[in-house]
Amino acid sequence: MGIEGVGARVARKEDKRFITGAGRYVDDMVVPGMKHAVFVRSPHAHAQIKKIDVKKAQAMPGVIGVLTGKELKADGIGNLICGWMIHSKDGSPMKMGAWSPLAVDKVRYVGDAVVVVVAETKGQARDAAEAVEITYKELKAVVDATKALEKGAPQIHAEAEDNLIFDWEIGDARATDAAIKAAAHVTRMKIVNNRLVPNAMEPRAALGHYDKAEDHFTCWTTSQNPHVARLVMSAFYNVAPENKLRVIAPDVGGGFGSKIYIYPEEIVCLWASKKTGVPVKWVADRTESFLSDAHGRDHVSMVEMAFDKDNRITGLKVDTIANLGAYMSLFSSCVPTYLYATLLSGQYNIAAIHANVRTVYTNTAPVDAYRGAGRPEATYLLERTMEAAARELGVSPAELRRKNFITSFPHQTPVIMNYDAGDYGASLDAAMKSADYAGFARRKADAARKGKLRGIGMSCYIEACGIAPSAAVGSLGAGVGLWESAEVRVNAVGTIEVLTGSHSHGQGHETTFAQLVNQRLGVPIDSVSIVHGDTDKVQMGMGTYGSRSGAVGMSAVAKALDKVEAKAKKIAAHLLEADEGDIVIENGALKVAGTDKNVPWFQVALAAYTAHNLPAGMEPGLKETAFYDPANFTFPAGCYICEVEIDPETGTTEIVQFVAADDFGNIINPMIVEGQVHGGIAQGIGQALLEGAHYDAGGQLLTASYMDYTMPRAGDLPSFKVSTSNTPCPSNPLGIKGCGEAGAIGSPPAVINAITDAIGIPDIAMPASPSTVWAAIRATKK
Amino acid sequence: MSDVSFVVNGRRVSGAVEDRTLLVHFLRENLGLTGTHVGCDTSQCGACVVHVDGRAVKSCSMLAAQASGSTVTTIEGLASGPDLHPVQAAFKEHHGLQCGFCTPGMIMTATDMISRHPEGLDEATVRAELDGNICRCTGYHNIVKAILAASKTMSKGATKGKAKQAA
Repeated sequence: MGIEGVGARVARKEDKRFITGAGRYVDDMVVPGMKHAVFVRSPHAHAQIKKIDVKKAQAMPGVIGVLTGKELKADGIGNLICGWMIHSKDGSPMKMGAWSPLAVDKVRYVGDAVVVVVAETKGQARDAAEAVEITYKELKAVVDATKALEKGAPQIHAEAEDNLIFDWEIGDARATDAAIKAAAHVTRMKIVNNRLVPNAMEPRAALGHYDKAEDHFTCWTTSQNPHVARLVMSAFYNVAPENKLRVIAPDVGGGFGSKIYIYPEEIVCLWASKKTGVPVKWVADRTESFLSDAHGRDHVSMVEMAFDKDNRITGLKVDTIANLGAYMSLFSSCVPTYLYATLLSGQYNIAAIHANVRTVYTNTAPVDAYRGAGRPEATYLLERTMEAAARELGVSPAELRRKNFITSFPHQTPVIMNYDAGDYGASLDAAMKSADYAGFARRKADAARKGKLRGIGMSCYIEACGIAPSAAVGSLGAGVGLWESAEVRVNAVGTIEVLTGSHSHGQGHETTFAQLVNQRLGVPIDSVSIVHGDTDKVQMGMGTYGSRSGAVGMSAVAKALDKVEAKAKKIAAHLLEADEGDIVIENGALKVAGTDKNVPWFQVALAAYTAHNLPAGMEPGLKETAFYDPANFTFPAGCYICEVEIDPETGTTEIVQFVAADDFGNIINPMIVEGQVHGGIAQGIGQALLEGAHYDAGGQLLTASYMDYTMPRAGDLPSFKVSTSNTPCPSNPLGIKGCGEAGAIGSPPAVINAITDAIGIPDIAMPASPSTVWAAIRATKK
Repeated sequence: MSDVSFVVNGRRVSGAVEDRTLLVHFLRENLGLTGTHVGCDTSQCGACVVHVDGRAVKSCSMLAAQASGSTVTTIEGLASGPDLHPVQAAFKEHHGLQCGFCTPGMIMTATDMISRHPEGLDEATVRAELDGNICRCTGYHNIVKAILAASKTMSKGATKGKAKQAA
């Protein structure tokens, strides 16, 4: 490992602009003549639109245009779609209701966009938006997925009878039922996974610019995947053909999944720019983000876990209802199916698994992938159930897990996934050692003397990331392939640009991708620039989500580097009059192995471009492109241990220690990996202790600001003890598994297992806020 | 409309603004100082923290007209010359940022916090005093580490300065 190569703790190249205020986010972009958009949104959860009167608004100062869904439809703009087809177990396709970027006849959740106002200033647009008169006929609303399935519930989309989108299953029902019937013990749980709002700190924003002379659109947007945005807006929403649409995702202030999807606002800003003849910028208020960003989680599941007399798991049966909100967001259907139920084997050898999943429309914001996406739901369900089982069986939670660990690889689970490598015992041992698990009883006794309740909980998670082999996901219904592309452009002086379809919105690609180039070619990372986030610069890409940038995006870079290296070696061999097979790359030079004959890297690059003396028949230039399609998912795994101390007088939970022991495969930059784990854990602790999106029965979002939705703050969290014990991933050339989501996946059950251990109760709802904990403690005393 | 005049990052600026203009919008839109960010609409997130007359202030909680006459420092004016301010340098060294959106507010808050605690800081104090700044990426772990490190560096610097003066 060089000081800037793979495995080095290199400080980030991109930091300087962020710490000096020179970052460029969408809201910082200014285009000459740019005006401002404000959306008029539905105040009702469910209503018919009877009349829209825009006359007063049009007459307000500074107003340039007040546009409705009817005009948008008349211009041929298409409905938003879900890009992953799921079939119900009866073979019928999922029931996708129409989602117009601006509602025409009906609104289906509070925040549904109805009208857009474009004005000289944002203030004027806001004033005019208040003058738009919309007459609604209110309809009964339903926000709870279980209630939405009941007979007589309000019908949200004509296309989906009883609000059921699909009724899907995976696994072997008969074998699982037989295992439960024959079991020595069955643990039964109801598991609720609370609805969350992703809350990237940068609110969503879009700037649409139509160039009339060129008949060309440019869209600056807060996207994790600008190419997917362009593809979908061209192919499905009819905004413009791909060659007439450039999408730029500049600096993006966090995503966590919520910026994967193409939302109504970017479509409307582009269309409105053409309609009004001015560039149109929209930036969400935080409350608008709460109302209209895709939410996460919101599952209710019934679980049965069967054990034989030796406490080995013999079967797992799961019945899940997943709330998808008012419309099917872009990848909403795959989250509670292929990203969830395929992980229900966890780290355990389970012979029979069956899961049934029903997805449901409700009058709430659309639900889609949020950091972890399906895998936190699977992990929470399994690890809470394992904990409950250990308590029921009277055995140590660690030993029950260890007894059931998968220990030989590859391992085929009964739910599609083929785990390629791992060492779950190593992570469990590392976590228990780091947490001084053996000393817990003493610490609990010490806490009791102070009048505090102390508890400890663990969680052994596995996830599937490096998303994903294109043919495999295609066979499961995905509308896109999930490969990644890269281009390595060596300049004539030897400096390098790497163009990638991955997109960094905090992950540090400008550093880690350059570290890979340094490792391979010896070029200093300052001489390597990473270019991303612009469809005019990077040919194609699938973007960043599902912890895929390292395993998939960097593998594409590695593949392109292979080609660059091969050509550079040919040139060097020619210049050095040596055999191509004898050329090695060391310390920024191409050398004849075992001799002192060498040619510096920059000279090879220069030779490629002067083309005065190249091998016969060789094209000039040194630039290569690669598309990498992964062979398998990757399977990061680990063990998290949380220790809490609860004040029974106030119900306040303090996390006194949090330990993470992960297996991420090979690591490019440990500093960045640790940062990803810290952030993920904070979001997982947030879910367990603080966060929850709450709608009232009428569909009003009660938690629509930071005054109401409890974001984790510095004082809510401890410093974390993180470590890794890694088994390289055999499925990609770099051995990377991915680390972006692990923290959010593994941590919630560890926290809740610790709290229920402290109080001595079987379950507690997330978020386990002080009032919930206080009430639970009181209930034990009755 | 209100006439306003400030010293921003050492430069005298003035202008006429709508009465309802917030300081943050004046900085971003009139002066093009886009390093100060807007992350919420309830003065909770702290992405817009600047220094007004030497004190950390959420620039979304103040009208431009209210701030008129004062001296304002934003993230763009924190460092003097080409070198990073010690707090900026510590955020980089300790990986105290990921997406960078909350970072300017964090750094401005941290600088103020360190200057109010010349005796030095401990983890509990840093965490308590970060109450008004939300970060979604880092879990605060490395932000806390960076602030503690910067506090140490700056108190060393201050001691050196004093020693020099005494000599």
